[in-house]
Amino acid sequence: MASKNRKEPLLYMEEYRVKQDPQDYGLADDVFSVQAFKEKLHIKIVRNDEDGLEFDLIGVYPAIANAFRRLMLSDVPSMAIEKVYIYNNTSIIQDEVLAHRMGLLPLRADPRLFAYRTEESTEAGTEQDTLEFELKVKCSRRRDAGKDQSNFDDIYKNHKVYSGHLKWLPKGKQAQIYSESAVNCIHDDILIAQLRPGHELDLRLVAVKGLGRDHAKFSPVATATYRLLPMIKLNREVTGKDAYLLQNCFSPGVIGIDENETAYVKDARYDTCSRNVYRYPQLNDAVTLARIRDHYIFSVESVGALKPDVIFLEAVKVLKRKCRALIDEIEAE
Amino acid sequence: MVELKMGDHNVEATTWDPGDSKDWSVPIKPLTEKWKLVPAFLQVKGLVKQHIDSFNHFINVDIKKIVKANELVTSGADPLFYLKYLDVRVGKPDIDDGFNITKATTPHECRLRDTTYSAPITVDIEYTRGTQRIKRNNLLIGRMPLMLRCSNCALTGKSEFELSKLNECPLDPGGYFVVRGQEKVILIQEQLSWNKMLTEDFNGVVQCQVTSSTHEKKSRTLVLSKHGKYYLKHNSMTDDIPIVVIFKALGVVSDQEIQSLIGIDSKSQNRFGASLIDAYNLKVFTQQRALEYMGSKLVVKRFQSATTKTPSEEARELLLTTILAHVPVDNFNLQMKAIYVSMMVRRVMAAELDKTLFDDRDYYGNKRLELAGSLLSMMFEDLFKRMNWELKTIADKNIPKVKAAQFDVVKHMRAAQITAGLESAISSGNWTIKRFKMERAGVTQVLSRLSYISALGMMTRVNSQFEKTRKVSGPRSLQPSQWGMLCPSDTPEGEACGLVKNLALMTHITTEVEERPVMIVAFNAGVEDIREVSGNPINNPNVFLVFINGNVLGLTLNHKHLVRNLRYMRRKGRMGSYVSVHTSYTQRCIYIHTDGGRLCRPYVIVENRRPLVKQHHLDELNRGIRKFDDFLLDGLIEYLDVNEENDSFIAWNEDQIEDRTTHLEIEPFTLLGVCAGLVPYPHHNQSPRNTYQCAMGKQAMGMIGYNQKNRIDSLMYNLVYPHAPMVKSKTIELTNFDKLPAGQNATVAVMSYSGYDIEDALILNKASIDRGYGRCLVYKNSKCTVKRYANQTFDRIMGPMKDALTNKVIFKHDVLDTDGIVAPGEQVQNKQIMINKEMPAVTSMNPLQGQSAQVPYTAVPISYKGPEPSYIERVMVSANAEEDFLIKILLRQTRIPEIGDKFSSRHGQKGVTGLIVEQEDMPFNDFGICPDMIMNPHGFPSRMTVGKTLELLGGKAGLLEGKFHYGTAFGGSKVEDIQAELERHGFNYVGKDFFYSGITGTPLEAYIYSGPVYYQKLKHMVQDKMHARARGPKAVLTRQPTQGRSREGGLRLGEMERDCLISYGASMLIMERLMISSDAFEVDVCRTCGRMAYCSWCHFCQSSANVSKISMPYACKLLFQELTSMNVVPKMILENY
Repeated sequence: MASKNRKEPLLYMEEYRVKQDPQDYGLADDVFSVQAFKEKLHIKIVRNDEDGLEFDLIGVYPAIANAFRRLMLSDVPSMAIEKVYIYNNTSIIQDEVLAHRMGLLPLRADPRLFAYRTEESTEAGTEQDTLEFELKVKCSRRRDAGKDQSNFDDIYKNHKVYSGHLKWLPKGKQAQIYSESAVNCIHDDILIAQLRPGHELDLRLVAVKGLGRDHAKFSPVATATYRLLPMIKLNREVTGKDAYLLQNCFSPGVIGIDENETAYVKDARYDTCSRNVYRYPQLNDAVTLARIRDHYIFSVESVGALKPDVIFLEAVKVLKRKCRALIDEIEAE
Repeated sequence: MVELKMGDHNVEATTWDPGDSKDWSVPIKPLTEKWKLVPAFLQVKGLVKQHIDSFNHFINVDIKKIVKANELVTSGADPLFYLKYLDVRVGKPDIDDGFNITKATTPHECRLRDTTYSAPITVDIEYTRGTQRIKRNNLLIGRMPLMLRCSNCALTGKSEFELSKLNECPLDPGGYFVVRGQEKVILIQEQLSWNKMLTEDFNGVVQCQVTSSTHEKKSRTLVLSKHGKYYLKHNSMTDDIPIVVIFKALGVVSDQEIQSLIGIDSKSQNRFGASLIDAYNLKVFTQQRALEYMGSKLVVKRFQSATTKTPSEEARELLLTTILAHVPVDNFNLQMKAIYVSMMVRRVMAAELDKTLFDDRDYYGNKRLELAGSLLSMMFEDLFKRMNWELKTIADKNIPKVKAAQFDVVKHMRAAQITAGLESAISSGNWTIKRFKMERAGVTQVLSRLSYISALGMMTRVNSQFEKTRKVSGPRSLQPSQWGMLCPSDTPEGEACGLVKNLALMTHITTEVEERPVMIVAFNAGVEDIREVSGNPINNPNVFLVFINGNVLGLTLNHKHLVRNLRYMRRKGRMGSYVSVHTSYTQRCIYIHTDGGRLCRPYVIVENRRPLVKQHHLDELNRGIRKFDDFLLDGLIEYLDVNEENDSFIAWNEDQIEDRTTHLEIEPFTLLGVCAGLVPYPHHNQSPRNTYQCAMGKQAMGMIGYNQKNRIDSLMYNLVYPHAPMVKSKTIELTNFDKLPAGQNATVAVMSYSGYDIEDALILNKASIDRGYGRCLVYKNSKCTVKRYANQTFDRIMGPMKDALTNKVIFKHDVLDTDGIVAPGEQVQNKQIMINKEMPAVTSMNPLQGQSAQVPYTAVPISYKGPEPSYIERVMVSANAEEDFLIKILLRQTRIPEIGDKFSSRHGQKGVTGLIVEQEDMPFNDFGICPDMIMNPHGFPSRMTVGKTLELLGGKAGLLEGKFHYGTAFGGSKVEDIQAELERHGFNYVGKDFFYSGITGTPLEAYIYSGPVYYQKLKHMVQDKMHARARGPKAVLTRQPTQGRSREGGLRLGEMERDCLISYGASMLIMERLMISSDAFEVDVCRTCGRMAYCSWCHFCQSSANVSKISMPYACKLLFQELTSMNVVPKMILENY
């Protein structure tokens, strides 16, 4: 319950450095208590759509906020192409580079429905842990192309290989469980290679479940990050020309100007914290820039396989699992 | 600095009246987009035009002159016999495919097939066979290696599409040769100017020297002053000859006449008196007597020619041909030489009085650059003369013999000698020219194709002839006259520092222009022939002597008028634009130069305080109506060589134009070369940093050409995803570096992190690497030829071998195709065989007659070596020039950055990867951006690479705006503009962002300077350097571990390490390291005689009574035996141990 009277711990953004509030002792003497934590913790979802989630996480230690960020980046699994069997590649792109590019294609398959490959699993994998695709493209000259045409699209067929050319090969009973649109590439317009007549690609691709720690392609997020809520305070009245200058020093919508041509802080939330006010001697002392130390504005951009809120929840689950594992280990001692 | 205001299209100057001098106070508006003249220049001249121009001059003009000069071959045996060359031509490139069938070829075919890209040299001749006179046309006398993109090259005049059909990169500059499949560059050679008087102090002796150089001869003549007397010194004479003797020998007999040549003022008379007395004392009064005196001082020739001449005749011959060979002798009239000698004497006399009159050897006006054309023409002339001499000896030998068939020279003309001579000279770089006694090594170098820039940089390289070991600072230091001609930054560090230089962007090297027309123009402009006047007027202080190419042309009374007229004629196109005219007031001379090898560059002409190039000219250039040559033809721009540049007053920008200004700089950034032009904001960097970048840009990997995938080079590094730099420069666009880039824009955070970034180490983001940052491809080749031998045997390639038990192909042959050559796409491991070649055991002549079925074969497989496997990119089977099969295999590796790989920014700041960090551990800013790379801020204070911080700022603003910023030297985007852009996009104007620690999640206390910086991946990678050995091969002779990584060698425990162990007292460890782990060997030693025994038997004592076994280093045993073989007997005295 973010009460208005809550004493917000501040971090001052001075011109050349970030300074803590002298009254703020941070974590130093805090004893962790679940009760207090519960009381202070507050989550407010600001925006949640298909590929982006913005929410505020208020009243937690940076370690906890950071843990979620780190887990989303590297510990929430996703599916990605891990093995590329090249039967034929006569294009100019090298086999390794092609394989690397295939690996980076984001897949729609829900990683929660798959198992990790284990050490014992066979090369071919099972329907529980493996998705298979094929890419068979051959470039040819268009018969109907005229001599005077210079656009490659008119002259050649299949001269651009897109991720949409990937074809899912259901394994075992997979065809009954999933539809092609549920497992294949999220975007079908990612350019993989360019071909010329006579060039041919014939690949079999094997996607498995993995962690971002192993390779960035397994990360479910484009990025997951947070920032601290900015706080802008006007120390004195700024009017007239200076007010407009002040307004220009901040992101649009941060500083408002009332009918008396006096500046006031409208909404500091979306300020980019450029600190450009300090550039102007006449405004130098007029503002105090700060950030609220325990108000984290999280932003999760999903690659597309999982919804961003699901990714966060998965991260929470991973944290829970890790904590459980740690407790188990301690208790086992 | 010239600030260019874009979009200002006011045509202000068109209405300006040059006669109106009141307007002079009005400041001149800077010409907008004056820099567009630079691409216009490069479009005409190209970056390597010097090489191509010079070579074109050789194959089209010079070669004909050479043949003309040596056109007649006669024989002493038959006065009727002659062979006369009527014409010579260099044809189009072709290749001999055997049986005298030739077909047109392309450079790329030659590269792939290891052949020479060359064209036939054909001559038309007329000769006598018996009494018949015969004409023969198109006779092949040799093959000329062709320079790429020369006038006869298959690539000239081709469009981009046609070039790509020929597998050639349209951006490749050409200017090099393909010899035996290798790309060879003939480096530009810097030399002291010939045919020019140089006065200098040589160990306290004032001397004036001239190096004469003609087609026939090269000789050095000196006039020096010793004890108040003057002497002439020449190689062909043992002693210094008193100068008066020389004058008399040259036909100036009377002392009065001699004195009048030197000068009749009392000062000169006093100084010269002693020399006159000298001749008197020697009793030399007549020309004949002088010649006799000289004859007595001649160096005795080693090979006396059959025709005997008296010494005085030989001395006369010498004066006519060798001494001051460049001064023309008209019908045995030596007057010009006398005048020339008198001038040398006067130079010495003047320099004795005034030390400032010494010439500077390092001054670039006294230098000439030799290019491929002139070097090749010397080589060709030598070979051509040798061929003619051989034809003559053959004729001398054969004509007297009575034979059924009449002697026919054509049957003895063989093309192989000239072909092989030219080819081996270019491929070895040894330039041996007998008639000049010239022997130079390292004239050519293999074109470095590490990156596009390294290839381009090589084409502009200037090599100087100085010894690298000599400790002299003069030739190495930056000369003020290098301004605009040679890049001040681009020189290597270390021993070749300052001796190897690079041309600046707009430098042109002149090719020879006919001097006849210029002479006529000069005479018309009022030069008086010097032979018409006696000595007196020469020494008149108002008279200026006129020199053309180091020779006296005449004299003039009104030198200012003459110079003005000559320059006017040049601007009007009445003589070649590369003719230079300059005045030397100290020497009272006007020098006209038309010779080749002078450095020059274009300038805008300024008249009456106004540059002649107006805005409307530039607009016309923009519209494509006007080309660079039109500026030259209209007399708006002219070329100045170093001497004339020194004689001009050049403004650096429009603001600096004064009354006396004669020229205006086109663009300041052109004073840098190709490599230094890559550096953004170089004028903000400490100068050595730019020099370091010039060296490092050549090691950066990226793209080397559009045809890189078609090449089979012995080593090629490519970046998988190269970027064009965010901060460009004009030079980058002009050199097409943005089309063939070598590097990637990395988001850099300048902060310290983890301690793995000290000493310039870099921290890389693992996620960036996963996504392809710094990924590179390494291509290597391996090749072999399959030969046929004279004894009817031939090499063969066998298929893969199968294991007898399992019926599976053995591991070594696993990658072989059924034809015995690897298949493309295969992965080859260490020690696997790529070509299963076998060679007949006996290949020498005639071991077996008849059937060749049962020849024993030995296996000579081509196998793969390397710790990491490679993939086969391609296999090529072809035939080389000797008609053997040629098999080339291209191997490929993809490498991902790892700890220890070297990266560098464009500011001479190199560093190795110290740590690769997971993305979640990297710091991130408010936008969630993690840097790709972290650089330690300690790299800045001592290096002072402010340019790098500006690059970062410019790059960051460019990202936000979606455009490229410019960091052009002495210009570029201004910091205020960049900061305004940053501010507009809500970023801090100094470029510092609020960052959070990725590890703790808390904000960092400092703001972090971050943004994109262009980083180059350098060719030094850990994978090529890592090396360790526990056990391995040993050298045969010493039985000690082999040396070097390539031989899997041991790591030496050297002297210093040994000393440490000794001082520590770890004797057993020393024993282990130096003997047991190295070359321990058991020897028998006889305790009686101290010698080594063998099999417990002392051969000396004939006993086995006192033989004991000891172990010692094998090298020690070897030493003892070697000493014994030299009759030194080492004896060992054993004690109990």
